[in-house]
Amino acid sequence: MWLLQRVTAAFLVVVLAFHFFLLHFYHHAFEITLMGTQTRMQDVGYFATMWLFLVTATFHGVNGVYNALVNQGISGTPKTAVKAILGLAGLLLVAQGTRVALYMNGFLA
Amino acid sequence: MSQSYNRGLVEDFGRWKEFSAGMWAWIFHKFTGWVLVGYLFTHIAVLSTAIPAQQGEMVTNSAGEQVDVYTNTLTLLESTFVVRLLEVGLLAVAVFHILNGIRLLLVDLGIGLESQDKTFYASLVLTGAIVIASVPTFMAGIGGA
Ligand code: HEM
Repeated sequence: MWLLQRVTAAFLVVVLAFHFFLLHFYHHAFEITLMGTQTRMQDVGYFATMWLFLVTATFHGVNGVYNALVNQGISGTPKTAVKAILGLAGLLLVAQGTRVALYMNGFLA
Repeated sequence: MSQSYNRGLVEDFGRWKEFSAGMWAWIFHKFTGWVLVGYLFTHIAVLSTAIPAQQGEMVTNSAGEQVDVYTNTLTLLESTFVVRLLEVGLLAVAVFHILNGIRLLLVDLGIGLESQDKTFYASLVLTGAIVIASVPTFMAGIGGA
């Protein structure tokens, strides 16, 4: 987990910077349209990047919150509960994100 | 590797005057991390309007035109001044988290152990510079620009 947190960090540095550049400097955020999103998401490489972004960001974020709480010193039942809730929240986020992405690229309609 | 030190709870904010640069770096990293996860959940929720939009749900926008819900939601958000301000805030938070994160990765690899304070200040200054340079782009198209 320690290593995975660093590996996803290294990946996210690049992808998050790319994401900001693309959607604020290359395309303007206020000009985002369904059609623009569809066009981007229909590109397999872009779709794969965004999906990996979703999964790594969720893991990194949720695991980060968990680590922060463990650092705070929670243990026992609260720790188990937090683990279960965060795990579930992460899974739901990835599921919903994937569903959205599949609608965006037209796979689901 | 797994030694631990009892530093007391840093979250006891009454102690902030004793904080060193490293402590601030840690607090900022934690705080920006929380903001980013919070944003991620909100972000997916907003983007989820793409589902009804893809199914053909249309709404009437402020100009009286029929547009799909996704485009309408995003355009509406982006045309709101407060949202733009929050986005600049989000950029600041993200840039700091990225730069400080790179610093942490390097420190984990044993690089720059001697200059942690300096590299932390460097992350702060760079974040400030990048954010200020980005303000025009982030505010573009609002208030007549
Ligand atoms: C204000 C800045 C941001 C804007 C305007 C923005 C906009 C968007 C848009 C329009 C998409 C859909 C794909 C596309 O149209 O190309 C998207 C996807 C995504 N964004 Fe952002 N984004 C921003 C910041 C962020 C941040 C800070 C994160 C991470 C914490 C993030 C994480 C994601 C993820 C994971 C996806 C993929 C969603 C999926 O696969 O369902 N975004 N973003």
